[in-house]
Amino acid sequence: MLSRSADNLYWIARYMERAENLSRILRVTDRLSLMPASAEGVEEGVGNEWHSTLVVSDCEKGFYEKYDEATAENVISYLAFDPDNLSSIRSCIDAARRNARSVRTALTSEQWESLNSTWLELSRLKESRLRGGGLHGFLDWVKERTLMFHGSTVATMLRRDSFHFMQLGTFIERGDNTARILDVKYHVLLPEHAEVGGGLDYYQWASILRAVSGYRSYHALYKKGIKPWFVAEFLIMREEMPRSLVACTARVKDCLDELAEEYGQRHESHRMAGRRYSQLRFGRVDDVFRRGLHDFLEEFIDQNNKLGEEISRSYLM
Amino acid sequence: MSEAIFDEMGLNNQEIRRAYHGLRDWLKETPADILALRREEAETFFRRIGITFAVYGQGGDPERIIPFDIIPRILEAAEWRHITAGLVQRVRALNAFIGDVYGAQEIVRSGIMPADQIILNATYRHQMQGVAVPNGIYTHISGIDMVRVGLEEFYVLEDNVRTPSGVSYMLENREITMRLFPDLFSRHAVAPVDHYCDELLATLSSVAPRNCDRDPTVVVMTPGIYNSAYYEHSFLADQMGVELVEGPDLYVMDDKVFMRTTRGPKRVDVIYRRVDDEYLDPLAFRADSALGVAGLMNAYRAGNVNLANAVGAGIADDKSTYTFVPEMVEFYLGEKPILNNVPTYRCADPSELKYVLDNIGELVIKETHGSGGYGMLIGPKSTRAEQEAFAKRVKASPDKYIAQPTLALSTCPTFVDEGIAPRHVDLRPFVLAGQDIRVVPGGLTRVALTEGSLVVNSSQGGGTKDTWVLKD
Repeated sequence: MLSRSADNLYWIARYMERAENLSRILRVTDRLSLMPASAEGVEEGVGNEWHSTLVVSDCEKGFYEKYDEATAENVISYLAFDPDNLSSIRSCIDAARRNARSVRTALTSEQWESLNSTWLELSRLKESRLRGGGLHGFLDWVKERTLMFHGSTVATMLRRDSFHFMQLGTFIERGDNTARILDVKYHVLLPEHAEVGGGLDYYQWASILRAVSGYRSYHALYKKGIKPWFVAEFLIMREEMPRSLVACTARVKDCLDELAEEYGQRHESHRMAGRRYSQLRFGRVDDVFRRGLHDFLEEFIDQNNKLGEEISRSYLM
Repeated sequence: MSEAIFDEMGLNNQEIRRAYHGLRDWLKETPADILALRREEAETFFRRIGITFAVYGQGGDPERIIPFDIIPRILEAAEWRHITAGLVQRVRALNAFIGDVYGAQEIVRSGIMPADQIILNATYRHQMQGVAVPNGIYTHISGIDMVRVGLEEFYVLEDNVRTPSGVSYMLENREITMRLFPDLFSRHAVAPVDHYCDELLATLSSVAPRNCDRDPTVVVMTPGIYNSAYYEHSFLADQMGVELVEGPDLYVMDDKVFMRTTRGPKRVDVIYRRVDDEYLDPLAFRADSALGVAGLMNAYRAGNVNLANAVGAGIADDKSTYTFVPEMVEFYLGEKPILNNVPTYRCADPSELKYVLDNIGELVIKETHGSGGYGMLIGPKSTRAEQEAFAKRVKASPDKYIAQPTLALSTCPTFVDEGIAPRHVDLRPFVLAGQDIRVVPGGLTRVALTEGSLVVNSSQGGGTKDTWVLKD
């Protein structure tokens, strides 16, 4: 297939996943902002979780060019609706649909119709509907629509190169986002590199689990209540958890293997993906904490980006 | 030309024409509310599968649907044979002409056409001078616009030999008629059109470069999703099972064209390009074109890739060249033209210009390079002020205009708000030229939905109809 078509498919999946994860991040932030620790943080001038949300979603710079203060309203408007913010939910859906128009015939009609109607509905949505408690309904809607698109992909697409390129996009993006959601915790609670696990942070860890639909799954696997150590292990090292870093890395590696099989060629991206997977698969969570969770996550995000670039070099350009 | 308007069904005459008997009976049996329901279904169908036509710069929804009229236009086998013979002859002559323009220019030497008509024409491409194209074919895909004014009076209004569009509507219209009206369809022996894309692929493959010794790789090249005909480009690529490429997907190395694929570079042999000449290659034409491929012209001239239609083919569809086509048929083929031109005045000629200005109220004046129904004046439908303003423009640069009498275009029964009523139509059949010349039996019928209107262009509120050619 054309490299550009593969690139379009890859980015449709990435943008849809990003939209979903942005809605998850916003949800977690909204929840965290209701907690008592938040007020204390603001007094100290460090722990504003709306500000942290901008940091983890990598939108800090653009936001402060437009606004002076990271209030809930400003941040939601910027991350959900702002067309100037290329990573806003609206921009992601726009970009996914634009990419989809270019590769209409490579998508199934279910995929196209799901994406097209999401786009139509979003373009009709009034931002004012979100005020006064409308935010959660909207975020749920985004999650529902993106899950529906993902479902249509898995349920209707022929298993060949085009499917694998979409899956690659999904899991590269998802790994990035899980790492960022986990990092929210760091930015909110540990501005001074304080020790993880101290104080009032139980509720914040619980919120993170909810953000990745992992609250009940965590309890099913760990019968010991919420402990930071285990939450981190759960989101980094447990392959059963479909949004964990190791699970995303494993899926990326699998997709690349399928492509290598189909095309009879291996590239540098295959070596990188294999290496990353074994590091996570055979790594230990104590090492992560010894090094520092934040440093670990930053490195993961960086390596994940590099792998994404290498995949582009192998197939998409 | 006759004053009375010819209705193809015979609505305004005493007698319904034979080809339309089946339709007449069916319309009698079918209540109007069923028709209205079917029309709604048709619109939903077009919207759902996304057959849209983009009209930019007019506000509103840029992704519009061209209105589809559910009542088919019907042509008899004998009428179609006549049209086909005329189209094949015309396309042969146009090809011979383009080959001559970029070769010896015999038509100039023999005094039939002034050299300026070629050399000073904006569509003339000196880069093509002396280039040998495979099989000597320049116009692989032609859309010839025709009008009918009487029982046996067909005229050619325009030859479109650059990147004519509309064939996807011919195919989708047939698809939807068969789906919505199986009972009406099955009463007639309608010649099929759905093999068009196979014929197109066969035509394109047959003009692969001479040095291509494998199964040729054909691609469709589009300017991208913002082009008004993007839907058609993706439709044709999909139906032929070939890649739909944009400029940046291709590159040239050692005068050979490759596309970037996930398996690595792949050699390309034939490009059905829906990108205008000027944007094809920034090295040869407009340097600011981001739609093209640097070095494409060199690969083309080296005979390593073929382009359909040929670069420079536009010299044959310029409206001022049009007036010479009947003479071309006689000059190159030694035959009498089967299809006539509409009588046309060249404003470049001072005596004809005077006639045009004196009779501006009765004529249609068109820009020679215009298309899509823009830049024209319909004399009888315009105000005095509009006429005066237009006359000024014509006087300022007369060589940019031609004029024709307003034709009494034929009408066909059309389902409009007030019921079934006659509306003016034209016809664009598509002619494919490769090893041989083929015409799929049908075409795009465009219909002016407003009562009395003669403008059928989709950019100006025209609609389309399914076009049936009956078998004997």
